Amino acid sequence: MSTTQHTSTKLPLILSEEQQMIKESARDFLHAKAPVAALRQLRDKQDSQGFDSELWREMVEMGWPALAVPEAYGGLGFGYTGLGQVLEETGRTLTASPLVSTVLLAATAIQTGGSVSQKSSLLPAIVSGELLMALAIDETKHHNPAKTTLSAQQDGDTFVLNGRKTFVLDGHMANQLIVVARTSGTAGDRGGLSLFLVDASSKGLSIERVMMTDSRNAANITFDQVSVPADNLLGDLDQGGELLEKTLDIARIGLSAELLGTVLEAFDRTVNYLKERQQFGVPIGSFQALQHRAAQMFCEIELCKSVVLKGLHAIDTDDPTLPALASLCKAKLAQVAQLVSNEAVQMYGGIGMTDDEDIGFFLKRARVAQHTLGAYPFHLDRLASLSGY
Amino acid sequence: MNDLATFRTETRAWLEANCPPSMRTNMKHESEAYWGGRNATFISDEQQQWFEAMASRGWTAPAWPAEYGGGGLSKEENKILQQEMRRLNCRKPLLSFGIWMLGPALLRYGSEAQKHHYIPDIVQGKIRWCQGYSEPNAGSDLASLGTSAEDRGDHYLVNGQKVWTSYADKADWIFCLVRTEPDAPKHSGISFVLIDMESEGVSVRPIKLISGKSPFCETFFDNVKVPKHHLVGTENKGWTIAKYLLTHERGMIGGIGDTENKQALHEFALQQIGTEHGKLADPILRQQVAQIELDAWAYQLTLERAADEAKAGHGPGAKSSFYKYYGTELNKARFEAMVALGGTESFEWEGPIASHWLRTKGNSIEGGTSEIQLNIISKHLLGLPSK
Repeated sequence: MSTTQHTSTKLPLILSEEQQMIKESARDFLHAKAPVAALRQLRDKQDSQGFDSELWREMVEMGWPALAVPEAYGGLGFGYTGLGQVLEETGRTLTASPLVSTVLLAATAIQTGGSVSQKSSLLPAIVSGELLMALAIDETKHHNPAKTTLSAQQDGDTFVLNGRKTFVLDGHMANQLIVVARTSGTAGDRGGLSLFLVDASSKGLSIERVMMTDSRNAANITFDQVSVPADNLLGDLDQGGELLEKTLDIARIGLSAELLGTVLEAFDRTVNYLKERQQFGVPIGSFQALQHRAAQMFCEIELCKSVVLKGLHAIDTDDPTLPALASLCKAKLAQVAQLVSNEAVQMYGGIGMTDDEDIGFFLKRARVAQHTLGAYPFHLDRLASLSGY
Repeated sequence: MNDLATFRTETRAWLEANCPPSMRTNMKHESEAYWGGRNATFISDEQQQWFEAMASRGWTAPAWPAEYGGGGLSKEENKILQQEMRRLNCRKPLLSFGIWMLGPALLRYGSEAQKHHYIPDIVQGKIRWCQGYSEPNAGSDLASLGTSAEDRGDHYLVNGQKVWTSYADKADWIFCLVRTEPDAPKHSGISFVLIDMESEGVSVRPIKLISGKSPFCETFFDNVKVPKHHLVGTENKGWTIAKYLLTHERGMIGGIGDTENKQALHEFALQQIGTEHGKLADPILRQQVAQIELDAWAYQLTLERAADEAKAGHGPGAKSSFYKYYGTELNKARFEAMVALGGTESFEWEGPIASHWLRTKGNSIEGGTSEIQLNIISKHLLGLPSK
């Protein structure tokens, strides 16, 4: 199966047997090897890397970084619907790994806009787990790639980068960065952007890790006269906006799949708690005030399942409505993740406020993921603009 | 060409030849629909021609078995027919509670004699049916209904009152829930019977709604004799049929949230308030519209997913309460937004919005309130305990 089958065929909104198997094996693996307790442990020991290398090695053996990479570049060619199932399961266990930064963001950018030689050298290294990457996009606290100001000026065979990036996922542990830079125009222009591959050990680069609420990795990175060979341009000069947008849309859908897992797990745990916790001599789940709110969440989650699957299919079928579907996914999942994570803590009551109880980890991860690659207002506005109003 | 492709080609040609031009336009008003029945009249020759053409093939109920007069189409063929009708924008030839509600119940629970007797008349639009479920003291708590049917040997003697009977003033027959065993626990003494509205002792009074329209009635039974063979299924086991039909009805009402064939809300918004700098002129309304369209699109995809799951044979079913709840709440939100976009003009009594907007308030009440649907979801889909 190729990831870019040019077809307008509408896939039925169900998983294939193969995709179902990927999902189940991911679930079994993660529950055994990387439950929420694993994230808690990483946080408590303030792990310098922010993820477990041994776990990553096993994920590589399972073939996860290879799922959406074409066979020609050492991948498995199962498409993003397959990768989405794994991401959903990592959302259930809140597993920290380079899957989002290296696989969902960087490998997608390379696949989408790289030259044959870039793909041949980088994708197999990602598939084998040896290369870790990060995509440096945001410059302010609100996601808005068009406002990029970090400059890249051509100087003979090199480009010189100056500026600052923030909230670079896994930025402090990446071997290579993909940096979104402005090569022409001014902040706010959608054109004039270019993407560069930048070695993390480059002179003039300073990378500062930031501890985040969700115990995941993010970094602030400053570029001071960083010199990059012209060959490291990913895609065409000044034309990076389109490549970036497609990469981001794919990643937004992938991240929505992860959020779906987080929402599903937080909801399952909350419903179980409603059945177990006794007050006034009865389970609190027998109270209608809580039942109706749980039922409303059930309905919203049904919608989330549909949009995520449609979004993943849209990637695999080159659906021209991908941008709108990406914003649909990200906005809907953000809305429902906000609802479900808040209700979860409220329904757990005092216990939900304690660090000993895991449910707080879901609130924290949900909120950060909601804001990653554009929060609810960004995508609702984009959806309206894409529909012409 | 395979069989389905042939069927599509032939169906397309047949519809092209048989659906008159005026029947390929959207209805301006609900009253333009054809409902059939003993006293039915057509609004035009073309409407009659279209109805008769479709009825002659049993395509008013395309997927019902041919032996009872239905179209006898397979699921796939019926889907093709619906697609081809949508493609030409064909109107539905017949609106009918017989087709939506009673037929499915008879096909499942009726005797052979009842199927042969009632179903062909439903398909041919000869008899118009209405539904007698709710009573003044049995709304959300439907099973506490009190209309009595006393065993008098060869017939039941029916006394009581139904309410919210849709178009009872225009219907020929009513399918009705009655109490045949007053001393049994409330769910166990109910039966499902068919009553001719022309029977002596049946009277009807339309109810005027806040919308100014009267689609519903009160129906009174005063010593009405109903022959025993008008009982469907087993005596005192009518609740099973009632639940089946309610599930069916809820799935159908949930379709009201289906926006596939409706004007997009943002197009209505653009007509009403226009743009400034390429965006809808009012940023707050723009946000409201976008939020509703977000949910409407997600709901649309969920209906698609449900259909795909059912086709693949692993649909969990039993989610009709979710569709009923979400679809009707969405439709209400859509109309509230339309009112907001239309401003004071929305409230012109003869205008296009006011009465429709008011009518939507009933969406989340009829067929089981939103609160009842949430109860069902909590109990049956989430397994939360009863008190």
